[in-house]
Amino acid sequence: MKRWYKERFASTALIVGFFLVWELACVAFGISEIVLPRPSQIIVTLFDRWPALVPHTVQTLYTTLVGFALGVGIGVVIGMIIGSSRVAYDVAFPLLVGLSSIPKVAVVPIFVLWFGAGTVPAVLTAMVISIFPVVVNVATGLATTEPELEDVLRTLRASRTDILVNVGLPRAMPYFFASLKVAVTLAFVGSVIAETVAGNRGIGNMMLIASANFNVPLTFAGLFILAAMGIGLYLVFAAIEKRVTGWANRKAELAMG
Amino acid sequence: MTEALQRTALHAPPPATAPEASVARPLIRIEDVSLTYGRGERKVQALSRTSLDVPNGDFVALVGPSGCGKSTILKIVAQLLSPSEGHVFVAGREIGAVDIRIGMAFQNPTLLPWLSIRDNVMLPLKISQPFRSDWRRKKNGEYRDRADALLAKVGLGGFAGHYPWQLSGGMQQRASLCRALVHEPTLLLLDEPFGALDQFTREELWDVLQALWMEQKPTVLLVTHDLRESAYLANRIVVMSARPGRIIVDETVDYQRPRSIETTFRSDFVELNHRLRSLIFEARAAGSGAIPAGVAA
Repeated sequence: MKRWYKERFASTALIVGFFLVWELACVAFGISEIVLPRPSQIIVTLFDRWPALVPHTVQTLYTTLVGFALGVGIGVVIGMIIGSSRVAYDVAFPLLVGLSSIPKVAVVPIFVLWFGAGTVPAVLTAMVISIFPVVVNVATGLATTEPELEDVLRTLRASRTDILVNVGLPRAMPYFFASLKVAVTLAFVGSVIAETVAGNRGIGNMMLIASANFNVPLTFAGLFILAAMGIGLYLVFAAIEKRVTGWANRKAELAMG
Repeated sequence: MTEALQRTALHAPPPATAPEASVARPLIRIEDVSLTYGRGERKVQALSRTSLDVPNGDFVALVGPSGCGKSTILKIVAQLLSPSEGHVFVAGREIGAVDIRIGMAFQNPTLLPWLSIRDNVMLPLKISQPFRSDWRRKKNGEYRDRADALLAKVGLGGFAGHYPWQLSGGMQQRASLCRALVHEPTLLLLDEPFGALDQFTREELWDVLQALWMEQKPTVLLVTHDLRESAYLANRIVVMSARPGRIIVDETVDYQRPRSIETTFRSDFVELNHRLRSLIFEARAAGSGAIPAGVAA
């Protein structure tokens, strides 16, 4: 426990130190706010412009979460199909790798072409970008299930569904939650990219306009909001993961000899 | 769903006639069973025309050099593998056509790491009929008590709520035995369940298993490479030759039960072990001579 506090303290100190060095460097080298605003300026801007920033924040959060939810839903279904059979796994993997290696920025213009600028491309980009990590992890979790564990159920005359529900899915849970943490941060990337390229609202769009007006502190304020939302959602999923899949993080000191 | 319904329907009449039937024919009859793995050049014959009868309520130990196909027999009976040739009958009918309750324990405890020890033990009640139908109603009452009582019998009384990784290997294996027996199986299949344990834990678990067997009296097929274990636990020891496995000796062991560690020091026990050991040694020597010939063919 003592070590845990020490580590927490050290990482907090590192974050505070980072902003302190930033602030002091700007003052010491006389860096203009057009190039790199001081953290204190950014925070002041954040508070000053907060009422105007709220709708953008809500918009980005909304498109991200909707896209993420759709992506996870589709990802789980595809992952289950691929992971439950060796053949499907081997057959579908090359296609998946190919699709995933397409830079997701490149698909935004296509979505704009199909659905027009605005909310829909942002949701779809967030969705597309969060599907892949979920598919890969769910499929891997299912495909790597120990055959011995399946044998336990097979001797009990369990059906394929029984095995999936009682062994495959619980076994894949740690993989699934690990992918959620990755996917939710990626979903932000997706919706912000779409907002920047073809949005009329959202943090990405706001940052684009602010930078065009050389309002650099406001641009950075957008960055801060994105970071805060990203951290927040990551923590939510990390907490759920810890509750649901605590068994996978076994601690050696609790085991008995 | 329909299949399950039909199964229960089929099952309804037999209990009345079952006792006579079991006297008339063995619970398990293995008839000229062969099994080959792989194909072409990599073909390995694991079992060659093996036949074995196991009467209801018997405790049979299968011993032999490693790779002789003793585990293969167990897996065929458990329907984890299908034989390439030959037939396996259970209660007089072709395996697969009839559903008997099987409990199985493996060399590794194979407990599901995300379930508590109690939930692991209750797993057969959740999956197999007729317990399955009442699962929702009884999982927090009768089934739970049943699992706890069994855990208490093997000395895991205070550990029902623990997770597998919190227990030592021997304790996990005890839990695994409970899981194999909680649904009172007709047939208990044990695949070297104590193979990975130290001597003292192993001998302790022999007694645990003997006590549970004397209470429930399932038919047991035990695969082991420990001769003392087979002589201590079984009513009958079946010795198999090296690959491809065939049965070379079928020995009855009639020491009085409950047997204890003292039994293992008796001169006839030692003599039996000695005799079996030399038989297996001969079988191994014969086997190693046969392998080059097999490769050439």
